[in-house]
Formats: sequence, structure tokens, C-alpha cells
Amino acid sequence: MMFFRSITIGQYIYRNSIIHRLDPRVKIFVVILIITSVFLINSWIGFFLIGLYLFTNIYLSKVHPKYVLKGIRPLIFIIAFTLLIHFFTTPGEVIYHIWILNITREGIQRGLFIAVRLFYLILSTSWLTLTTSPIALTDGIERILSFLKIIRIPAHEIAMMMTIALRFIPTLMEETEKIIKAQMARGADFESGNIVKRIQNFLPIIIPLFVSAFHRADELSIAMEARCYRGGEGRTHYRQLLITKVDYIFMIVTLLILILSYL
Amino acid sequence: MIKFNNVTHFYNTGQNHKITSLSGINMEIQEGDFVAIIGANGSGKSTLAKHINGFLLPGSGDVYVDGFNTKDIESIWNIRKKVGMVFQNPDNQLIATTVEDDIAFGLENIGIEEEEMKRRVDWALNIAELNVLRTSEPHLLSGGQKQRVVIAGALAMHTTYLVLDEPTSMLDPKGRKNILEIIKTLNEEKGITIIYITQFMSEAAQFKKIFVMDKGKIVLTGSPKSVFSQADLLMNLGLEVPQITQLARKLAENGLEIPSNIITEEEMVEYLCLYI
Repeated sequence: MMFFRSITIGQYIYRNSIIHRLDPRVKIFVVILIITSVFLINSWIGFFLIGLYLFTNIYLSKVHPKYVLKGIRPLIFIIAFTLLIHFFTTPGEVIYHIWILNITREGIQRGLFIAVRLFYLILSTSWLTLTTSPIALTDGIERILSFLKIIRIPAHEIAMMMTIALRFIPTLMEETEKIIKAQMARGADFESGNIVKRIQNFLPIIIPLFVSAFHRADELSIAMEARCYRGGEGRTHYRQLLITKVDYIFMIVTLLILILSYL
Repeated sequence: MIKFNNVTHFYNTGQNHKITSLSGINMEIQEGDFVAIIGANGSGKSTLAKHINGFLLPGSGDVYVDGFNTKDIESIWNIRKKVGMVFQNPDNQLIATTVEDDIAFGLENIGIEEEEMKRRVDWALNIAELNVLRTSEPHLLSGGQKQRVVIAGALAMHTTYLVLDEPTSMLDPKGRKNILEIIKTLNEEKGITIIYITQFMSEAAQFKKIFVMDKGKIVLTGSPKSVFSQADLLMNLGLEVPQITQLARKLAENGLEIPSNIITEEEMVEYLCLYI
């Protein structure tokens, strides 16, 4: 199934770079900042600056841009769709007329803005997940959320669920492929028929997958308890997070660029 | 010392079809022992294993681990620290996304300090021969390697007892051999008590003591030699004697002077050499 291979989110690529060594909390915070500011900015210069900043980050991370761009491929359709919707539905000065549809100057501008925003959104999150190991990422999220424990946000539980999900995604994918092959060997047909038929044909994959996933969950919980797991209380961390001078510099530079691009 | 004191366990209590999975188990395992538990499917081996770390509690009777009763809620975490468990399916026991993090998982749970944790992880990686795989992701490992990670995770906790519930049944012959070798070294060099549940008789033959289970009872206890000399009884329980013992019996039946309790290939070779 080629479909599975093209999802980059959660695909960490190890390189020895400044970006990889940054504290995950800093990177998560920066990505949140970028995403919010991308939706606030309304000028091409601003977008250009942020684009420059993002590509510099990718360059510094030593990860080949093709990995970053790969994450965009599955979403091209959505981007194109929003682009077109905005072209045709925004009222304003009509510059082109097809049948009953009007393309407006404002529409083009707004559509392109949205497309760029989505593009940056994916770019920055892929940058985060490509350069931060899943463990560092969950650790970072746990620490960021931990101050929300006061309002009863289960930070540790969320992080543990993410860890387990990340751990089992490859295992379950492998299993899915196995089930697909097993069903095909029994004469199952996943390629022909109309949409409804095809969805129905996926039931023989989904059901065994669910059964086995529940079975796994059961065994995993036994294994976890056997290893003294009893929730987040009194737990120490194997990986320590440290905010260094580089982290501060990175934060300051990011803030400056974001402010500049907003002006 | 692990002590089973007249332990009985039921499944489906309160329902019409109550199933007795353990009945009147009395058993003692000393520190440093190297024992195997064998029995046909459904004989209660796994149920017994889950009693050792308090995962299942006896319906009647008591299980003691170093004097702690598993029924005692206060001491359950103490017991789980002492008793490491390795289960059948290696895929469903690894929690973290890299080998070293997984080994550290138990240590994190019991609140070990960072420095000490690093030291223990290094130590466990060394013993389980996993140094090169330190940062690997679990799904890229072979079954045998995964089981070694699970063993290392238990070792890092400084367990006294290691309970392995059919750890090799999903492995290839090479992985199987490797796991047994590691377990032997652990017992001989580190003095860790091994309780090994298996369906492979050739594996059981390598232990110092064997418990044979049938229908929730321990029906036979003894050294491999004494256990496997009772081939007919084992056959009745749905078990087989090791291939080499079968061969010895066949040869003896056909008039060769060979004792029928041979359990290793070396012994067989020695006896056969007498005929050359």
C-alpha cells in the first residue's frame, strides 16, 4: 500500500544539526507561534519573510527539502480546492468570466493567501516532526502541558497515549498489509466495483485489525503493569530537557522575524 | 523465595460455568533456582505465572514472594519490582519508541534518579547484548531481539526473579537458542532465579528442575532426567519427551543397551560411541 509510505508526519529523520539539538519545548512553542502569525499576516512581504525563515530552518536542519515537500503531497488537493473556492466565491472586481462564474481580483489574492498559509502550516509542522524524535516531542508536550495539571488536564496520560500510538503505528501498518495480503490470497477484491462496494470490501480488513488491536492493548496493559506502571505520579524521566543559550537565541530570532513580517 | 501455599484459582467466578484453573498448588522456588514449568495447553501454566507477580490473586491459599503476600495491596509494587515478567508476544510488551527508552520505562515508573537510571540502562544493554541497537526502534528488531529488550527491561529493575511465559514460542530457532543462552548466563553469573514456562521439551531438558502441570495441578516434579524417564505418564498428559529421549527409548526397545532417560545429545553420543 503506497498510501501509507507518503505520510511524513511523525517520520523523524536523524541528522546532527543545530535544529535537531534544540529543546523540543522551544520548537513546539515556535511552531505554535508561526502558525498563529501566519494566519494574522496579510502582506506578501510578511509571507516572503516567513517563507525565508522556514526554509532557512529546513536548511539548517540538514534534512533534504524533498522530505518536507513529501508531506505536502497528500494535501495538494485540499489546497487546490480551497484556492478555487476562494477564486470564485469572493465578491469584488471581476477580472475573468466563465459561464456563471466570476473570478475576482480579491478572490485571487485571498485564495493565494490561504494556499500559502496552508503550505506554511504543513511546512512548519513537518519541520517539527522531521527534526524532533517522537520521544522528544511527547516529552516536550508533556512538560508544556504539565502546568495545566492544575486545571486537571492529564498531561502525562496524553503523552503516554501519544508514545504508545507512535510505537504501534508501524506495527499496525505492518499488520494491515498482512491482513490485506491474506484476504487477497482468499480472493478478496479491493480494486473493482463502485465506491459503496469498495468500502464494503474494506470490512474484512478493518474487523480483524480491530480485534487484534484490542488484543494487543490488553497484553500491553498487562506488560505495563508488570513493569510497575501506575500513572504519572512519582515518575522520573529518562530524558532530561535542557534549555540552552542556543535555544534562547533561536527564540529571539524567531520572535524578531515574526514581528518584522507582521509590520 | 517464591512460595505457593495451597493456591486455588477460578475463572468466571459467580457465573454458572466456573472454571478451576489452579487447584491446590503447593510449590517452592528458591532464590537462584533454574526451573521450567511444562504442561499441555490449558494446564494452568500461564495462570500460575500471573500469580507470581500478583497480577492474578488466588481464590484461596496464598502466594508469597520473599515473604510478601501478593494479596497485600501495600506490597504489590515491591513484588513487581522483584519479579520481572516476559510474555509470549514480543510486539505487545514494548512500550517506548526506542530500545533504551523501553528499558528505562520500568525505572521511570519506580522513580529512579536520572544518573542511576542511565547507569542501569547501560548495564542492562550490555548484558542483553543490545549495545548496537540502543537507539533502534522496536518495529525494526527481530523477534529474538525484542525479547532481549524485554529481558533487559526487567534486569534494569534489578529483579530477583525472572518469569518467562513461553518467551520463545513466536521466535525462529536462532532467536530461541539465543534467549536460552542469555537466560542461562543470567542464572549462572548474576544469580537471577529463572522460572521458565515452555512447551518445548528440548528447552525444558536444559533446566535444573521441572514442574509438570496438568489440569491446574502439579503432577510431577524433579530433575529433567527423572521427569523424562516417565515418558508414558507425559504422553498421557499430552506432552512428548524430547526427541533424543524418544530415540533412546526406541533404541532400547530394539535391544541396545542404552538408558531411556537420556536428555542431551552429548550423552547419546557417549553411549553410541561404546558400540563402535
